[in-house]
Amino acid sequence: MEEKKLAIIATKGSLDWAYPPFILASTASALGYNTQIFFTFYGLQLLKKKLALEVTPLGNPGMPMPMGMDKWFPVLGLTLPGMQGMMTSMMKSKMKSKGVASLEELRELCIEAEVKLIACQMTVDLFDMDQSDFIEGVEYAGAAAFFEFAGESDICLYI
Amino acid sequence: MADFDTELDASGLNCPLPILRAKKTLNSMDAGQVLHVIATDPGSIKDFDAFAKQTGNELMESKEEGGKYHFLIKKS
Repeated sequence: MEEKKLAIIATKGSLDWAYPPFILASTASALGYNTQIFFTFYGLQLLKKKLALEVTPLGNPGMPMPMGMDKWFPVLGLTLPGMQGMMTSMMKSKMKSKGVASLEELRELCIEAEVKLIACQMTVDLFDMDQSDFIEGVEYAGAAAFFEFAGESDICLYI
Repeated sequence: MADFDTELDASGLNCPLPILRAKKTLNSMDAGQVLHVIATDPGSIKDFDAFAKQTGNELMESKEEGGKYHFLIKKS
């Protein structure tokens, strides 16, 4: 069987959006895919040593709210200080109770499976980020390097 | 259920962990050996079928029993 390739661009830095790249990359590796994720803009948060990702219902009417909060809580109420932190911890405990892996665990599984993690050098410079904030093993490159791999890939996803 | 060499209890774990744990366990096994996976994730029925097809490992048995799913996978 010839080795297949999966190329992913991860652009989002919230807790919920961090899952698809790591779930798909780790699973693809288990299926024998050679996998690469290119992290750009807010997606770079997924490479930080200490993940501090949050989730917000703001601007996201599709997000199921606990205890029917969406029925009686006005949108403005969701902007109150502490609300985002509360939503995040509720989401995390929900995930834990349902046996959903933590992001740290999924990321570790990706690294174990030799998924190549590439940080967009331009975004690192743009946001004055420090390479020492990122986990070991990350490579730094640009759009041309992404296409070198993506151009040969069987599946290419923009998340 | 047929004989198996190694057992993996993935009960309570959700997608994609049962598959990832199974893959990891298979890596430590020899060709021809059989892995018995126990899972509670209903999505695992289709997932283990797809896993076997794509990795070339044989799914010898797939069944539900007492609210749990059982899979027998022979390493290729």
